Amino acid sequence: MTKTHVTTTINGDTVEYLCDPQETLLDVLRDRLGMTGSKEGCGTGDCGACTVTVDGEIVCSCLMLGAEAEGRTIGTIEGMAEGEMLHPLQRKFLDHAALQCGICTPGILVAARTLLERNPEPSETEVRYWLAGNLCRCTGYDKIVRAVMDAAEEMRGRNHAA
Amino acid sequence: MPLETDFPQGYEKRDFRVVGKRPVRPDGIDKVTGRARFGADTVAPGMLHGAILRSPHAHARIKSIDTAKAEALEGVKAVVTRDDFPIHDAVKEDRGLLDILVNCMAREKALYDGHAVAAVAATDKITARKALKLIEVEYEVLGHVIDEDLAMAPDAPILHDDLGYDYGKGKPSNVAGRTEIGHGDVDAGFAAADRVVERSFKTGAAHQGYIEPHACLANIGADGRGELWCCTQGHFMVRDTVTQLLGMDVSNLRVTASEIGGGFGGKTAVFIEPVAVALSRKAGKPVKIVMDRHEVFRATGPTASASLWVKVGAKADGTITAADALLKYQGGAFQGSPVDMGAMAAFACYNLENVRAVGYDIVTNRPKQAAYRAPGAPMAAFAVESVMTELADALGIDPIDFRLKNAARDHSKSSYGPTYNEIGLVETLEAAKATEHYNSPLGPNQGRGVACGFWFNFGGQTAVTLNVNLDGTAALSVGTPDIGGSRASMCAMAAEELGIDYDDIYAIIGDTASLGYNDVTDGSRATFASGLATIQAARQVKERMCARAARIWGIPEDAVKWEGGAAVPSGPNAGDHAPLSFRDIAKMAGETGGPIAGHHEISAEGAGPSFATHIVDAEIDRETGRIDVKRYTVVQDAGKAVHPAYVEGQFQGGAVQGIGWALNEEYIYSDKGVLENAGFLDYRVPVASDLPMIETVIVEKPNPGHPYGVRGVGETSIVPPMGAIANAVSAAAKVRATEIPMSPPRMLKLLRENESAAKAAE
Amino acid sequence: MRYEAPTTLDDAVGLLAAEQGVAKVLAGGTDLLVAIRSGRLEPDLVVDLKRIEEMTTVTPEDGGFRVGAAVPSVRLGQHEGLVAMWPGVVEAAGLIGSTQVQSRATLAGNLCNASPAADSVPAMVAAGAKASIVGPNGRRDVPVEDVPAGPGKLSLEKGEIVASILLPGKPERTGDAYLRFIPRTEMDIAVVGVGAVVTLGTDGTIEAARIVLGAVGPRVVVADKAAQALVGTKGDKAAMEALSQAVSAACTPIDDKRGTREYRIQVAGTLAKRTVAIALERAKG
Ligand SMILES: Cc1cc2nc3c(=O)[nH]c(=O)nc-3n(C[C@H](O)[C@H](O)[C@H](O)COP(=O)(O)OP(=O)(O)OC[C@H]3O[C@@H](n4cnc5c(N)ncnc54)[C@H](O)[C@@H]3O)c2cc1C
Ligand code: FES
Ligand code: FES
Repeated sequence: MTKTHVTTTINGDTVEYLCDPQETLLDVLRDRLGMTGSKEGCGTGDCGACTVTVDGEIVCSCLMLGAEAEGRTIGTIEGMAEGEMLHPLQRKFLDHAALQCGICTPGILVAARTLLERNPEPSETEVRYWLAGNLCRCTGYDKIVRAVMDAAEEMRGRNHAA
Repeated sequence: MPLETDFPQGYEKRDFRVVGKRPVRPDGIDKVTGRARFGADTVAPGMLHGAILRSPHAHARIKSIDTAKAEALEGVKAVVTRDDFPIHDAVKEDRGLLDILVNCMAREKALYDGHAVAAVAATDKITARKALKLIEVEYEVLGHVIDEDLAMAPDAPILHDDLGYDYGKGKPSNVAGRTEIGHGDVDAGFAAADRVVERSFKTGAAHQGYIEPHACLANIGADGRGELWCCTQGHFMVRDTVTQLLGMDVSNLRVTASEIGGGFGGKTAVFIEPVAVALSRKAGKPVKIVMDRHEVFRATGPTASASLWVKVGAKADGTITAADALLKYQGGAFQGSPVDMGAMAAFACYNLENVRAVGYDIVTNRPKQAAYRAPGAPMAAFAVESVMTELADALGIDPIDFRLKNAARDHSKSSYGPTYNEIGLVETLEAAKATEHYNSPLGPNQGRGVACGFWFNFGGQTAVTLNVNLDGTAALSVGTPDIGGSRASMCAMAAEELGIDYDDIYAIIGDTASLGYNDVTDGSRATFASGLATIQAARQVKERMCARAARIWGIPEDAVKWEGGAAVPSGPNAGDHAPLSFRDIAKMAGETGGPIAGHHEISAEGAGPSFATHIVDAEIDRETGRIDVKRYTVVQDAGKAVHPAYVEGQFQGGAVQGIGWALNEEYIYSDKGVLENAGFLDYRVPVASDLPMIETVIVEKPNPGHPYGVRGVGETSIVPPMGAIANAVSAAAKVRATEIPMSPPRMLKLLRENESAAKAAE
Repeated sequence: MRYEAPTTLDDAVGLLAAEQGVAKVLAGGTDLLVAIRSGRLEPDLVVDLKRIEEMTTVTPEDGGFRVGAAVPSVRLGQHEGLVAMWPGVVEAAGLIGSTQVQSRATLAGNLCNASPAADSVPAMVAAGAKASIVGPNGRRDVPVEDVPAGPGKLSLEKGEIVASILLPGKPERTGDAYLRFIPRTEMDIAVVGVGAVVTLGTDGTIEAARIVLGAVGPRVVVADKAAQALVGTKGDKAAMEALSQAVSAACTPIDDKRGTREYRIQVAGTLAKRTVAIALERAKG
C-alpha cells in the first residue's frame, strides 16, 4: 500500500507523517503520533469526542482523512494548556465538576474554546446548541454548560481589565 | 441479596473538615489535558490489532466456519473461532459462566445479530478488517423472536433446547425463570379498596450509551502468564472470568483497569477480553481490540425491555389497600434479565400490607443484557408510578400527598422482605413539595409529573491499602474503578480521618495483583464500600502512628491518642510530650519500625437504600407529538454527600439518562431481527440542546450503616424519570401514555386515537 | 485506495474519468467517510475538491450567488448577502449535523449524497437552484432536483462533478423558509423536511409558490398542488388547511427506523403550514 506523505502544523509545531490514504486524521493523531487526547466514541461524526480545530474551525477528526491535513493548522486538546497554565475552560471544568468519566471532555473543551473565541458572551441556549454535537452521557450537561458560561465570564473580565 | 444487618462501623454524628466540600478531583488535570489513559489509549511493542466477525442473522445454526483464506492473508497472525474456546471444567459446572463463554464466541448457533463468530489478529487494523471478510461462515437461518410477549407464546422459536423454568416438565421454553415477592393477601386488599387502577405498559430496551467503546490490550507470554489492560467496572471480575473461561490459573493474569469512559453497569461484564487473551495466546504477541460504536450497540448489553402490568387499590382517603404487578423482562439471548430486582424494587417506595410482584425472565434473539444503572428498577417504577399518579388523580389527591400517605418510612417492612433501617423517602417527598418548582405555574400544553424511586445499594467485597510516604503524604490504592469521581471522595474520607490535607492523598486504582479481591463497581458501591474500607484503613494507620509515637516517647501505646492530625499523649501516665504530627511520624518511620500502612478487607454490608422524588414539567406539541422537557428537579437522599458536586452530577446524569429512555432511546429491529439503529445518530441519546438545567436538592438522612452516614447515590436517579415524565406527559396530553419511549410517532398516534375516541363518545 | 487533491477542475475531471475502479469525489467527507468506515463503500480513488480555488468561493452572479462545491455550510451562514437573500437555504444548510459537521459539509455534497432526507435540497429546489456540472464532455446546467436519480443514485456521468450551485436572484416580495421535523433538537436526520418559497403581489396576495418536501419519497417531492392551494390567497387559515392536505396527499413515504409512513404524512402537512408561515413573513419583508 502506498502511503501519503503529509506535512502539517499541530498545536504550533510542524509535524510530518506517512499515512494510509483511508486513515482518518483521528487515526493518525492517536495511532501514528501518540496524541491520544482526542477520543473515538463513534468514528462517524455523531459524538464529538474527536473534535479538533482545522484552520480555526472545529471538525470531527474522525470525518477527515489524515491526507487532508496537508498544509493545515490543527489544534488538539494537547495544545490547550500553555505549559502548566490551564486554559480558563479547563480550570472551570475542574471547579464545576463538569466531568465525570472525562471521555467527552477533550472534545467539549476544544469545541467550547472555539465558541468563546467567536462569541465571548454566549447565552445558555447558544452554548447548548453549539455543543449539541458533543455527547456526554455522564453529566446531563448541566455542569458543562455552567462551566462554559463561567469561563466566558472570567475571560470577559480579564479581557476587559487588559 | 441486599439485607439490612447490624455491623460494627455504625454512623457517628460529627463535624466534617474535608467531607462535604468540593475539592478538585485528583485525576482532574489529566482529564482536562488529554493525558488520562482510557481503554484504547495504550500500546505495547509488537502489538497486533484484533477484530471480530459478527453474525448478520438474528438466529442461525452455524454449519461451518472456514478461516483458511483469512489465515493466508499477509499480516494475519491468529484467527480464533469456537474451536479455540473449549469448555473447561469450571465452565461446565456453572451455567452463568457457560453463557458468558457462548456470548463471547458463538458455538452451535448465532443467537442475535452481532453475536461474535470468529476473530482475527493482524499487524494493522486495515488488514484485520480485510481478513474478516475472508472468513467464510455457512449459516442455516432459523426463526427468531425479539419481543418479550411474543417469546412467551407457545409457537415462539426456541433459543435454547435446555432452558425453561418449566423445562423440568419436559418442554423447553423461552421463559428462563420466575420470581415472586410480597406479603399479605392481595385479593382481600383489592376487595377492601374504594378505587382500583390497573394498566399494562411496555418499555423499550435502552443502551447505557457510555461514550467510550470497550477496549482492551492483552499480552500473554509463552509461559501462559500475562497482562490485560481494559476499561471495566471491575478488573477483578475480568481476571476471574477470563481465566476461568480460558482454563488459566487466576494468578497467571494481571489485570489493570484503565481510566473508564463511562459504564453505568454496561462494563460489569466481559465481551472482548477473553477473545483478546485467546488471540494473544495463539499469536504470541500483544493484541489490542477496540470495539466500534456499531459493535457496542449490537453486541454489548443493553438493558432489558419489558412488558408490565400493575394494579393498585386504595381507600377514598388515599390509603393503599393492595398492590400487584406482573413483570416480563427479556434480557436477550441468555437467562438473567434483572426481573428479580424489578420485582423487588417495584413497590419498595410504599408501605403496604398486601403486595405482590411476579416476574418472568425471558430470552429473545437480542444481545445479552447487561446491568444498567439500578438494573430492573426503572421499568417497574415507570409502571407503578404511573398507576400511583392515576390513582391519586382519580381520588382527587395531590400526587405527593398520596405518596406521603403511603410512603415507606423508618423501620417499615419493605415490599421485598427486609425491614428498613432509617430511610429518607418521606424527607425527599416533603422537600419536593416545598420546592419552588412544584409550586410554580405551568404554561399551555404543559403538564407536571412526579415520581419516586428506590435503589437497594450494595456493599460487597472490598480491599483498600493506604501507604504513608516519608514526606507525610499518603498513597491510597483502591480496587473499584473510578466511574465518576469516586477517587475524590476516597481522598476526602482518608483526609478527614487522618486529619491531613486533601491534597496530600493520592488515590489510584490498584491492579489485581496488588490488592485483594474487589467486586465490580456497581450497586452504587464505590463511595460507600471503598469509602468504608478507606476509613478503616485510615483508622489503622492512625493506630499504627500512635504506636510509633508511643515507642518514640517510651510510653505505653494506650497512653497515646490521635487528635487533630497528630499523636498526642493521653491519660494520667502519658507524661508531657509535644504532639507528633502525621508528617513527623511519617518522616521517622524508617527508624521507628519501617513503613507505615493501613489495610482493610471487608465484605461491606449496610449500604442503606437511597430514595428519590423527581418533579418534571413537560410540554407536548399536539400536532407532531414531540415532547419537550421544560424543567426538571431531582430530590434525593444521599445520606451524607461526601463531595456534593459529584453527588449532584450523579443525580443529573441519571435523570438525563432516564429522560433519554423515556423520550427517544430504543433498540429498533427490522423484521429480520437485525438491529437498525446501531449508532448514536439514530439511537438518539439526549444532546445538550434537548435539555434544561437539572435542578438538584440533596437530602441528607444519615445511613446508620456508615461511619459518615454515606449512602450510594449513583443509581436511584435513573429510577423515577420515566414515571415522572409519563405522568407529566399524560397530564399535558390528557391521555395516559403507557409505552416507552414516548417518541413523537407514538405520542401523535395516541393523541389522534384519543381525539377519535372522544369524538365517538360525543 | 488512492487519495488525490488536484488544484484544477480539469485535473479533477481527468482523474475521475481515467479511473478504472470506483472513483469518488470528496467534498466535506461527512457522508463519504462514514460510508468508507462502515465498509459500505470501498473506493479505489478519492478526489478531494477542496484544493480547487474556484470551488471554494461564493460569488455574486446574475443577481444571485454561485456557491462552489467545496464551500462548507458554516461559510454560508457567515455570508451576509446570501443570508439576506435565501435565509431558508442557509438555515437548511445550518441544520446539517453539528457545528463540527457544518465546518465540512457542503451543499453539493448534501445534494450528491442523494439521500431523500438531505436538508438543504428541498430548500434549494424551492429556490430554483441550478447545479453546474462539469465533466469530460464539458459543462451543463441542470435544476438541482434532477441531480439525484433515487436514494443513493445520481444522474451524473462518469467523470462528472457538480462544480457549483447557482442560487438565482430572488424576485421581489419573495420569502423562503425550510423546516424539518426531528425527534431531538439537533443531530437527527429529518423525518420530514419542507422547503417553501412564496412571492406576494403588491396587495399581499400570494402570486407564486413552491413547496418542496424531503424524506417523504425516494426523491424530493415538488408539491405543485400544495403550491396551487396557496396561489391567489393571502395564506389565511383555509388556504393553510388546503395546503396541509395537499402536502399530505403528495407524500409517498416508507416506514423506517426514523418514523412511520402514517406519521410522516401527518407531520408533513403540519410542517408545511409552519414553513409557509415563516416564508410569508419574510416575503412581507
Ligand atoms: C453526524 C452527522 C450528522 C448529519 N446530519 C445531517 C443532517 O442533519 N441533514 C443532512 O441533510 N445531512 C446530514 N448529514 C449528512 C452529511 O453531513 C450531508 O449530507 C453533507 O451535506 C454532505 O456534504 P459533504 O460535503 O460532507 O459530502 P461528501 O461526504 O464529501 O460527499 C457526499 C457524496 O457526494 C459525492 N459528492 C460530493 N461532492 C460532489 C460533487 N461536487 N460532485 C459530485 N459528487 C459529489 C461524494 O462522492 C459522496 O458520494 C450528517 C452527517 C453526519 C456525519
Ligand atoms: S469519534 Fe468522531 S464524532 Fe465520534
Ligand atoms: S463525562 Fe463521561 S461522557 Fe461526559
